[in-house]
Amino acid sequence: MQKKNLKSLILGLLFISPWLIGFIVFTVYPIVASFYYSFTDFSITTKPKFIGFGNFSRMFSDELFWKSLINTLVYVIGLVPLGLFIALGIALLLNKKYLRGIPFFRAAIYLPSIVPAFAFSAVVTLFFHPYLGFVNTILSWFGINGPLWLSSEVWAKPTIIIAAQWGVGGAMLIFSAALKDIPKELYEAALIDGATKLTMFRKITLPLITPTIFYYLVTSTIGNMQIFDLPMLLTGGGPANASLSLGIYIYKHAFTYTNMGYASALAWVLFGFILVLTLLYFAFSKKWVFYLGNE
Amino acid sequence: MQSNAQLIVKLVVYFLLCIIAFIYLLPFLWMFGTSLKADTELLDFPPKFFPSKPHFDNYAKAINRFPFWKYFLNTVIITAGNLVGVIVSAPLVAYGFSKVNWKGRDAMFFIMLSTVMIPGAVTMVPTFMIFKNLGWLDTFLPLIVPAFLGGGAMNVFLIKQFFSTIPNDMIEAARIDGANDWTIFRKIMLPLSKPVLALISLFTFIGSWNNYMGPLIYITSEEKYPLALGMPMFMNRYGTYWNQAMAAATLTFLPTLIFFLFAQKYLIEGIKLSGMKS
Repeated sequence: MQKKNLKSLILGLLFISPWLIGFIVFTVYPIVASFYYSFTDFSITTKPKFIGFGNFSRMFSDELFWKSLINTLVYVIGLVPLGLFIALGIALLLNKKYLRGIPFFRAAIYLPSIVPAFAFSAVVTLFFHPYLGFVNTILSWFGINGPLWLSSEVWAKPTIIIAAQWGVGGAMLIFSAALKDIPKELYEAALIDGATKLTMFRKITLPLITPTIFYYLVTSTIGNMQIFDLPMLLTGGGPANASLSLGIYIYKHAFTYTNMGYASALAWVLFGFILVLTLLYFAFSKKWVFYLGNE
Repeated sequence: MQSNAQLIVKLVVYFLLCIIAFIYLLPFLWMFGTSLKADTELLDFPPKFFPSKPHFDNYAKAINRFPFWKYFLNTVIITAGNLVGVIVSAPLVAYGFSKVNWKGRDAMFFIMLSTVMIPGAVTMVPTFMIFKNLGWLDTFLPLIVPAFLGGGAMNVFLIKQFFSTIPNDMIEAARIDGANDWTIFRKIMLPLSKPVLALISLFTFIGSWNNYMGPLIYITSEEKYPLALGMPMFMNRYGTYWNQAMAAATLTFLPTLIFFLFAQKYLIEGIKLSGMKS
């Protein structure tokens, strides 16, 4: 018996060995090393020099760190709820039984979300171009002098948040699937009881998709805390660092200024924020996330 | 029999959906329209969606300004490498996590899933140093080799879910017939897993084709640029030639569009599946 256990242990480890090697080399070691680097002064050419909490105390007086942190929180606060309303709203519209042409609508809305950011950003740049762009042209018809969008310190972040809404396709599909999974009998029973559409939405639809909403909130928050591609491609963090995200700031310290120690410390702070937010979501989830069959 | 109120609701739903679909396709129509405009039409006010006469020579000009085909080929090589890596390694790992019973398996699986939480920024610097010490900077290897090491936690998770639908009786029967795990994996599990492997290939294709940060970190020489770096470079240098820039963007967008037209059915079903399971 003992021998058989050992044999299957070896066999199991053999099968997962590709992941195990990758996990040790590209996850465990980097985490340990990055933790150590975050307490060092380290550029690519020099050896890491231990400086204690130097990098972390440097952050307190680093205006750009605070700016990028606040920008990142603005992105998350803008992107997560807006994406939820749009994705869920479209999914609800597409959930009508009588609707024809669902595949077309779904494809049209989903397609932009798989377009690479490096191609999409070129389109967005022109679309929101202050003089040649579509948006300001439309606005001018109504006598509105449109803002400079990506070139404006005030509008750069909102423009990126708006542009990112072309990417809600994946979330929309997940909400669609969740809506389809709600047992039809529940609505039929509610109808017999004389419930209105609004009551049915509040008492049946919404509670039953709370697990999906929870999943969306967690993954979307983790993802958007690390926002990089769109602001990097659209503005490079500008103008005057108005759209600089923490992700871009870390990248710049690591590879542009080669402050790898400081970049690692910043990355750990980002990780800390993500952990805290995730734990908060889980702590509050019992209050509102509803699992069918658990009660 | 429909009441008037119901009919109005239906019309409103259709109207809203048409508007939304139009908004989602709008940037791409604007892109394509602009790519066909003559230089003189660019500054027309108010601008038109499509030019009076299409200027397809913008595409030839755009390709002359930057080596589109070379960048395209580089992207294809990186994406193909990732596909092979994921397809070779992810099913192996999934088999080890589902059909072999060993002590600590479930704990290990949980660890694997929790690695998804770690932001890339944390492991970025040491990973860069590893590739630097290997002498792999400015090659495709840092963008390809990691795919061979498990192929990503999410992919392993999806295959494992699929494996769990294959009855254990089938495997036991094969064991009694004297088949070892390697044979079972190759002759039974892999052939049965084609649908989930196809789905994972789609995800891998999109992820790798769209990867921007990876090449940004590791590729420095222009002749090794994938489209992810080539297209932004074009925008930086020639962005004011909007018609040619949009021609370049259309060319970059085209492979995704073709891929989408062929794969959309599987992709859309697959995303729903992966969202549900997690």
